[in-house]
Amino acid sequence: MRNLTRYIITRVLLTIPMVFILLSIVFVVLRVMPGDPVSAMLGGHAPESVIEQKKEEMGLNRSMAVQYFDYLWQICRLDLGESMVFKQRVTKAIGEKLPATIELTAFGILITLFLGVFMGAYAADKRRMVQDYVIRLYGIVVYCIPVYWMGLMLQLIFGIWLDVLPIAGRTGPRVFASTFEKTGFYVLDTILVKDFSAFGDVVIHLILPAFTLGLVLSGIFVRLTRANMLDVLRSDYIVAAEARGIRHRKIVYRHALKNAFIPILTMMGLQIALLMAGAVLTETTFSWPGMGRLLLERIYLRDYPTIQGVIIMIALIVAMASLIVDIIYAIVDPRVRY
Amino acid sequence: MRYSPAQGIARGIFRVTGMGKKYGVEWWILVAGALIIAAILYMALFPSSIAPFSPHNQTAGPQLLPPGGKYLMGTDNLQRDVWSRIVYGSQTILRVAVLAAIISSVLGITLGLISGFSGGLFDRFLSLIMDSLYSFPGLILAIAFAAMLGPGVINITLAVAVIYIPTYFRLVRGQTLSIKEELYVEAARAIGSSGPTILWKYIFPNVIATTVVVFTLNVADAIMIEAALTYLGLGLPPSIVDWGMDLSMGKKFLPSGVWWLITFPGAMISLLAVGFTMLGEGLAEILNPRLLER
Amino acid sequence: MEKILKIEDLSVHFPINIGTVRAVEGVSLELRQGEVMGLVGESGCGKSTLGFSILRLLRPPGKIVGGRILYHDRDIVQMSKREILSLRGRKIAMIFQDPLTSLNPLFRIDQQFIETLFTHERGIDKKEAFGRAERMLESLGISPERLLEYPHQMSGGMRQRIMIGMGLILNPDLLIADEPTTSLDVIVEAQFLDLLNDLRRQFDLTIILITHNLGNVAQLADRITVMYGGTIAEVGPAQEIFDDPLHPYTQGLLASIPNIKLDQPKLETMPGSPPDLVDPPPGCVFHPRCPHAKEICRHERPIMTERDGHLVFCWLYG
Repeated sequence: MRNLTRYIITRVLLTIPMVFILLSIVFVVLRVMPGDPVSAMLGGHAPESVIEQKKEEMGLNRSMAVQYFDYLWQICRLDLGESMVFKQRVTKAIGEKLPATIELTAFGILITLFLGVFMGAYAADKRRMVQDYVIRLYGIVVYCIPVYWMGLMLQLIFGIWLDVLPIAGRTGPRVFASTFEKTGFYVLDTILVKDFSAFGDVVIHLILPAFTLGLVLSGIFVRLTRANMLDVLRSDYIVAAEARGIRHRKIVYRHALKNAFIPILTMMGLQIALLMAGAVLTETTFSWPGMGRLLLERIYLRDYPTIQGVIIMIALIVAMASLIVDIIYAIVDPRVRY
Repeated sequence: MRYSPAQGIARGIFRVTGMGKKYGVEWWILVAGALIIAAILYMALFPSSIAPFSPHNQTAGPQLLPPGGKYLMGTDNLQRDVWSRIVYGSQTILRVAVLAAIISSVLGITLGLISGFSGGLFDRFLSLIMDSLYSFPGLILAIAFAAMLGPGVINITLAVAVIYIPTYFRLVRGQTLSIKEELYVEAARAIGSSGPTILWKYIFPNVIATTVVVFTLNVADAIMIEAALTYLGLGLPPSIVDWGMDLSMGKKFLPSGVWWLITFPGAMISLLAVGFTMLGEGLAEILNPRLLER
Repeated sequence: MEKILKIEDLSVHFPINIGTVRAVEGVSLELRQGEVMGLVGESGCGKSTLGFSILRLLRPPGKIVGGRILYHDRDIVQMSKREILSLRGRKIAMIFQDPLTSLNPLFRIDQQFIETLFTHERGIDKKEAFGRAERMLESLGISPERLLEYPHQMSGGMRQRIMIGMGLILNPDLLIADEPTTSLDVIVEAQFLDLLNDLRRQFDLTIILITHNLGNVAQLADRITVMYGGTIAEVGPAQEIFDDPLHPYTQGLLASIPNIKLDQPKLETMPGSPPDLVDPPPGCVFHPRCPHAKEICRHERPIMTERDGHLVFCWLYG
């Protein structure tokens, strides 16, 4: 187990410079751009003096270097500043919305993996047969479908025409989140308070958005799993297992898939970025009160500190996810450790 | 020898089918993609020949009419013909996506070549930045850029272009690094070729094949991002005809069962993206060394 | 002596995009109970393909296009999938060249043993299965605690022995060994061959030893089959093949082995190169390289001639 710890430590240390660079990029993008946040905020017709005063209040008239270091220092202290539009600490605003996004993406990932991996394995098994080509086509087409369009179409079919699923929000009109909210993860919370009708309501609201998110990304995993499975199925140990009389289904879905799964896990880490992007679009389409929708709202309101805060949060999530996935990889594949 | 147009077409079809037999499914995927792109390109280049109305014409027909008869795809809430808006909308999305891809590739490839070739601290530093950018969600970055730059076709093109630079950079840099070590490059250096000459004559041609594939896939991606940005209301003023924007305007009427305002723009976005993806995938399989298995 | 396996006129083809590779063409062979048959030939002669065909383990696009493989009078080529599965590992076992890649890296050794046992003996108790695996390891000279390890934690020789163990755990009649020592170093190779000899007596095993290394067969084999270009050149008792090779190919093969005792200014080689199996030469596959080629060799495939249990497929004798 020694090696595992060493590997984890090295990996963590490698993440730091990357996070640092991402934070710097965010700083640059949101500042060295045309457009003066303060005048935009004050409506563009405010007198010069008022603008100057506001700028000084917010520390925007200091040199870029000073602002940069102050920015980094603030982040280290986990302080993302205060909103320009509401009287609210950015960290608090994000904290309120974060669980919703995580809940959505978590279920989205489950659906993606489930659909993608099994379809991919099946396609590899039925190589060069009709099923393979159909699934490969699915892989290409699904990725090209805009997430939000998928969401709208699903809303149309299931929410309007069939009217079986809700199309907006996390809870229905007669369910009040305050009665069970604890962690912010409603699926968990409703179970903890044993409020099963609320649980049902929460789950029903999750179905369409999670499916939308999960479906669109499954295409990538279908292709990846299929490619990996094809490689693995050519391996010697697969022939050796066949030589021992092990059933075909077991060989494909146990022996081969377990081996093919490992690189898929790593891919998962890279897909978190896509998931975040997808979440933003899904949240806007389904009025899902998460970080993505927060970002858009504040963009319309020109609330720069919050915008910056959300983007930083996303960058950190992506870096963190990548790190976690690498560590899981080391745990699952014993060859990496020893 | 001169052929009549009919003979010319027949020969063309023979050629295409011949290549299909040689390369298998992948060739047909490429052809399918090319056909889709050609069709939509036609839409963009000769819109007046297929669109019955101007996309801005607010007296084309009754409000919110479902598809049928004169109005192939129905009308919207401002009494405009949806089909005409689709036809003209193709111009915007193609223009932005292709231009963004060109900018991306030129910058990315140049930086990749220089960085890979020069090596040293500059290369290390640039790679680190590019790697970090690469891992970050492209859409979010584009949103940030678009929000900062404000609406406008140029602005949105720039926002979309920036995201893909790291992809080209990494690809080209990697290849440059390996080609740099090849014997024929060393030989060129030995006879006194300068850096830029080597770059241009030896490294660049080798890099081209993979870059073409990435370019097509880049355009597909750019299409998705452009549509997403306009859907979110960033990037373009309402006076421009755009599929993503029509989607976001149309979704307001969804609860009343008005499906044609969202179905068609979305389908077109998907179709165009699929077209470029198929082109890219087909190219990738064909340009790679072929496997012997049938 | 009972004939445990009879291969009759077997042909195996691989259709690929440049043509059809005739990997095995009209091969007939008989295997006697308890013997070790060495199957030798250069790379690409079809020996491995033949070995794989016996258990119908051919990788696509390979297919058996003709002939029969009779195991105790049941034709393997015609068997249903279920029948073949019950044959594999239980009555006929196969071990392969590279033990590192032949063992699933993600499963522990004991898990792989237990799975094999479970596949063929449904009701078996997990403890009992573990016990049998332990005893097998002991008889192979491996400490039973190795059962809890992963393949990559063992040495090459040990892995190869594990492979044999998994092959023999269900006490099969026939073991097919495809180039089992190619990836082992010389000393381990010698130990391995000794082990194989012991096991053969212990388990009353019939073995097909597929190899390109004539040294292996010299040690172990009772009879040797020499293959060339997808066909059989000759079959005979091991000693006779070495002392008195009949087929010109075998003669050339043996002559080209460097002999440290002789003073050889130049190494003997055979002119030409192995045949193109997509478009093989007509008649006898070897005729373009044969120093004794006659007119008939160019048109007709040689028929079998027998001389006291020594079979040869060559027009010199027929």
